[in-house]
Amino acid sequence: MDCVGLCAFVQSLGVADPAIARLIGLIIGGVLVSGVPLLTVIFLILVERKVAARIQDRIGPNRAGPFGLLQTVADLLKLLAKEDITPAAADRVLYNAAPLVSFASVVLIWAVIPFMYADVAPGAFMGVDLDIGVLYFVAVASLGTLAIMTAGWASNNKYALLGAFRVVALLVSYEIPLVFALLVPVMFAGSMSLVDITNAQSHMWFIFMAPVAALMFFISSQAETGRAPFDLIEAESELVAGFNIEYSGMKFGMFFAAEFLHVFTNAVLFAILYMGGFLGVLYQQLPILGFVWLGIKASIIYFISLWLRNTVPRLRIDQVMNFNWFFLVPVSIVNVLLTALILKLAQVAGLAPTVFAESSLLGMLPVTLMLLVKDVLMIIYVMTRVAQEGRSARQAEQRMETDLLASAAGD
Amino acid sequence: MEVLSNWAFVGVFLVLAPIFPALPIGIATLLRPKKPNVLKSQTYECGVETVGDTWVQFRVQYYIYGLVFLVFDVEMVLLFPWAVAYNQLDLFAFGAGFVFIFLLADALIYAWKKKVLVWK
Amino acid sequence: MSESMRNFLIFLLILAVVIGGGVLLNSLFSVPFFLGVTFVAFGLITLGGAVAVVTTRNLFRATIWLMVSLFGIAGLFVLLEAPFLAAVQVLVYIGAIAILFTFAVMLTRSLTQLKDRYNRPYATLAASVLLFAFLTWVIWQVWGNWTPSGDIMLATISDTTDLGVALVDKEGLVLPFELASLLLTAAMIGAIVIARDVDEDEKEKRG
Repeated sequence: MDCVGLCAFVQSLGVADPAIARLIGLIIGGVLVSGVPLLTVIFLILVERKVAARIQDRIGPNRAGPFGLLQTVADLLKLLAKEDITPAAADRVLYNAAPLVSFASVVLIWAVIPFMYADVAPGAFMGVDLDIGVLYFVAVASLGTLAIMTAGWASNNKYALLGAFRVVALLVSYEIPLVFALLVPVMFAGSMSLVDITNAQSHMWFIFMAPVAALMFFISSQAETGRAPFDLIEAESELVAGFNIEYSGMKFGMFFAAEFLHVFTNAVLFAILYMGGFLGVLYQQLPILGFVWLGIKASIIYFISLWLRNTVPRLRIDQVMNFNWFFLVPVSIVNVLLTALILKLAQVAGLAPTVFAESSLLGMLPVTLMLLVKDVLMIIYVMTRVAQEGRSARQAEQRMETDLLASAAGD
Repeated sequence: MEVLSNWAFVGVFLVLAPIFPALPIGIATLLRPKKPNVLKSQTYECGVETVGDTWVQFRVQYYIYGLVFLVFDVEMVLLFPWAVAYNQLDLFAFGAGFVFIFLLADALIYAWKKKVLVWK
Repeated sequence: MSESMRNFLIFLLILAVVIGGGVLLNSLFSVPFFLGVTFVAFGLITLGGAVAVVTTRNLFRATIWLMVSLFGIAGLFVLLEAPFLAAVQVLVYIGAIAILFTFAVMLTRSLTQLKDRYNRPYATLAASVLLFAFLTWVIWQVWGNWTPSGDIMLATISDTTDLGVALVDKEGLVLPFELASLLLTAAMIGAIVIARDVDEDEKEKRG
């Protein structure tokens, strides 16, 4: 086992044994990689509140520090000083472990996110380029589901448990369209590694080749993190704060921070999977520019999700579930099948490249156009069906009303 | 050993990741007031005394969603290698994948028609 | 001895076992130290979790320990250079099956005070020792003369792409691939038939 990079740096500091130096190098690398999300979340909470305020036609926090920049610090200090009221009959170990697992499951995703281009293998500055990057992300996200279930149970509270059940049912249902939407970039890139997916988009972004899949991923990831319009998880007016009722102080803060970080992580993943990640003008000559491009793309998606959150009303649980099972799941399955069909037919006919990274813009155009046409046709068909169903449902309702009125008047 | 050296980072990260949230919670343990009180430690029920055991009416609906998710989960996991190798294969690969997905879509249609997926 | 003191001592004991195991594997079989430590740690997690599942009195905690044990198995898969299987383990077992277990557990009353006790320690010990001896004997017949080395045996399917190619290979695994799908379909339909509301069915028949 050779000793490169951070390991060599540590060895130069005087630690001779290569195994220990590697370990220390790995720890330093881990701290650096997790520093990015942790620092981001501090700004994120402030941005969220400011944007929400502006959409609601008010100013937002502007007391703590200039333009409210120190607001998150103030919130952090406040939460630190809050008393931790643990319910008497709560399961101590599980109660304390749940916020840790929830936060950890989000931070773990950042180990596979490529930040910017690098000359050496694996081709990007990142934690580690796992061969199974996409599958790793899905697996780690499913650990978060476990944390919520534990939190609901460990609080020993009817409302917490009820809230936890509904949340877990929601998360588990929306994982299906999420993973089906993830199959499409994996198919295009021929690899599950996020660096390979990024490089496969060097001539054409996947969002142009599979807008329906991108939309499925976006909607499912909004539901997975419990953002509006799916935020019945934290419906403050209904279940009195759901599964985290009995959590106070910093533990509650951890759930809160985990949710924000999760939304941003999903935005970053959307940017990598569909919008080309750190690719952009001059990303090879000036690697830091790649980081900037990634940040810009992720911020656009994050802004869209903020916009959605503050504009759209909350859906009921039965609407949410029916939307998933009767709309998202069938559409995502059909999407995968049609994409696979068109891609394979195009490849057999010689119109599409087999290795996307080595093609050219002109080489990618035919298959992009074909896929776009298929997506547009799919959207038109689905929307027409939905409109028809809506119309017939409304007519049935009106008929029921007139029948009731007639029978009431005829008494 | 390349694979293992990659995963060594994940292993270290796995140990580091819970430490990051544990730090603020630990600091909070030092800073915050500790005045436990019988009233404060009671289970929350909108300000009223709790009645009876904490046992909630569990709906079969949750279980059915979990079940259907399980089947689709296994299917998706089998589809990932198919998707990874897809570019290098011929039209037969599409046929194989189509049959695979179609059979499971069949089961989904059955569930749909039997009205098991509707949240009441 | 106070509880936190006792917990600390248990933690030290586990740490000693893990490091000792790593040293042992290093000296006896020339396994790299950190690899040995990781192996012993994940082995302990798997076995300890399994023991905890059957000994704990709290049914919900039992499912949590089951998830811990399955996570240990995922770690062992990684050590065997099969990260795809490790991710599948976490995704399917912990993310779906264990959640289903939790739902099923919720259907029982009195989760935290299980009344029935199985109180035959000697019989249990004898049975487990016999089973362990039998399994060891069986495994020894197959792999008895294999000397452990640091290398993992290479198989013909070395990564996910090869697995994908093999899954749709006409002379390969395409038939089991489709049969797996059929099996899953049958499982889902069967489970729905069992789990659906019977009253609903009769209401429909009566019109």
